[in-house]
Amino acid sequence: MVLLLAGGLVAVALSVGAAITLGPADVSLVNVRDVLLNHLGLADIPVRVVKDAIVWEERLPRALTAAAAGAGLGICGAVMQSLLRNPLADPFLLGISSGASTGAVVIGVLGVGGSVLGLSGGAFIGALLAFALVMLLARLAGGGTDRVILAGVASTQLFSALTSFVIFAFADADETRGVMFWLLGSLEGVRWDDVALCAVVVAVGIAVCLAYAHALDAFSFGDEIAASLGIAVARVRLGLLVLTALITATLVSVTGAIGFVGLVLPHAARFLFGPRHAALIPATALIGAVFMVWVDAVSRVAFQPTPLPVGVGTALVGVPAFVLILVRKRRAP
Amino acid sequence: MTLRAERVVWHRGGALVVDDVTLRPAPGTTIGLLGPNGSGKSSLLRLLGGTAKPDSGVVTLDGAELRSLTRRDIARAVAVVSQHADTDVDIRVRDVVRLGRIPHRGSFGTASATRDVEAVAEALRHTGLTDKADQRWDTLSGGERQRAHIARALAQEPRELLLDEPTNHLDIRHQLELLSLVARLPVTSVIALHDLNLAATFCDEVIVLERGRAVAGGTPREVLTAELIARVYGVRARVGVDERGRLTVLFEPGPLDESAELTPEDAPWPR
Repeated sequence: MVLLLAGGLVAVALSVGAAITLGPADVSLVNVRDVLLNHLGLADIPVRVVKDAIVWEERLPRALTAAAAGAGLGICGAVMQSLLRNPLADPFLLGISSGASTGAVVIGVLGVGGSVLGLSGGAFIGALLAFALVMLLARLAGGGTDRVILAGVASTQLFSALTSFVIFAFADADETRGVMFWLLGSLEGVRWDDVALCAVVVAVGIAVCLAYAHALDAFSFGDEIAASLGIAVARVRLGLLVLTALITATLVSVTGAIGFVGLVLPHAARFLFGPRHAALIPATALIGAVFMVWVDAVSRVAFQPTPLPVGVGTALVGVPAFVLILVRKRRAP
Repeated sequence: MTLRAERVVWHRGGALVVDDVTLRPAPGTTIGLLGPNGSGKSSLLRLLGGTAKPDSGVVTLDGAELRSLTRRDIARAVAVVSQHADTDVDIRVRDVVRLGRIPHRGSFGTASATRDVEAVAEALRHTGLTDKADQRWDTLSGGERQRAHIARALAQEPRELLLDEPTNHLDIRHQLELLSLVARLPVTSVIALHDLNLAATFCDEVIVLERGRAVAGGTPREVLTAELIARVYGVRARVGVDERGRLTVLFEPGPLDESAELTPEDAPWPR
């Protein structure tokens, strides 16, 4: 287990290093190493200023944000699937992505509070408002996992409609294209403060989820059994749902709504490492990080100079990989 | 001291489901909860397990009110095997049983890993599942799943065991095996049962519920009379004692009141 984790971390580091070398400007792994050592103050190796800027200001923060987003969306999916006992649950089930979209278009198209908040701030606020609405609706409908899911579906539809309405009624073609590109997920122009924000939020999230790994296991046979195993069901579920909402809202506000990762990677991790959350949480985080770094790198270079929205890439690369795992680990008929 | 219910009342969705029931099992005994569908057996078990709170009356564990204890404190003493506990997770039997160790763990890691392994192995052996420990849940039969739940409850090392119709969907042999296992365990068990003969065979005492009220209680011989069965279940029964001194209940088909027997003219279809 420890070996696997260490191996996973090495894989993440290697993926980030390799991803940085990809792109129109020629950068070698040696360049990457030199730039890193220079900036960490461990060496003073002469590197061309352009290469230094490409590695340190552009590709490295982008790769690290991709890793954090993959890890964060992955664990959010794993936690939601356990808490709601639904294999189709994903981080966006609770209206978060559609709420974020609405928030982003209200800022980006209508210009409300735009100078203060920016698209990201609007998305973050929209995501949390949608989540609050979902929890309120679920509460009014009497609670329970199925009510949470239904309330999430209803809110997702509502906010999608609001987003479309704002775009249809108020946006011109350029604004529409900009917002749509952002909504599909994009790591263009990610900066170091974005990296720091995502890394801190995701690291805290992983730590909390690991602390609750046994509680998440206890939910496998439903609320009644979880309660009889000593879990304060209502408190733990609400707390962890709020945690996933905060992680997802933060990531969406930086990267846009990257689909597929949170839905499918937890299943891939479960196939490979079993359903126990003490292993599943770190495994999902590592697989998610490696997966997103590569998908982002590929979407960046595949159709250059036009970048592919990373959300499109996740599905195009991820679905075949997932089908392969699904077929190889199929259940006995 | 043990788990006790004192004059508990519970309304669920506006309906009165448990009405002034008192239950004081002696430590180590096996208590049967009897009564027709909807008489409040499962509801009473939920009150005893602390997953529902009574509107009035108290449930106590070693004299302390259940609602004053944390869920984990309760789970270290009381284990529950409920109905319809199924999962879509591809989980192995050993991992199901290991769930029972959760109340004995801290947030990170476990108090004693060796104790966990021992308790899981012991629970698997008790329930005859050692050979199936590495099988996946979806490959188990209904009887094996029920035994896995009991193993999970045993791994909890409880003093009190609450079982809600554990013999449902089991064949006769597994019904007998399961209940003799539970009756042998050195714990206090409260079991909701439909089968009166099983209750008579394995329970030290039985409580009969009717529309939420406890209408009779005592040893199976004292309680399970033809009159009571007619009154509570609306069924004619002959109760006897066989040559080995065991209570047997035989049911007669047909309506309760022989004089009210249907004549062909009463048939609901046209003749």
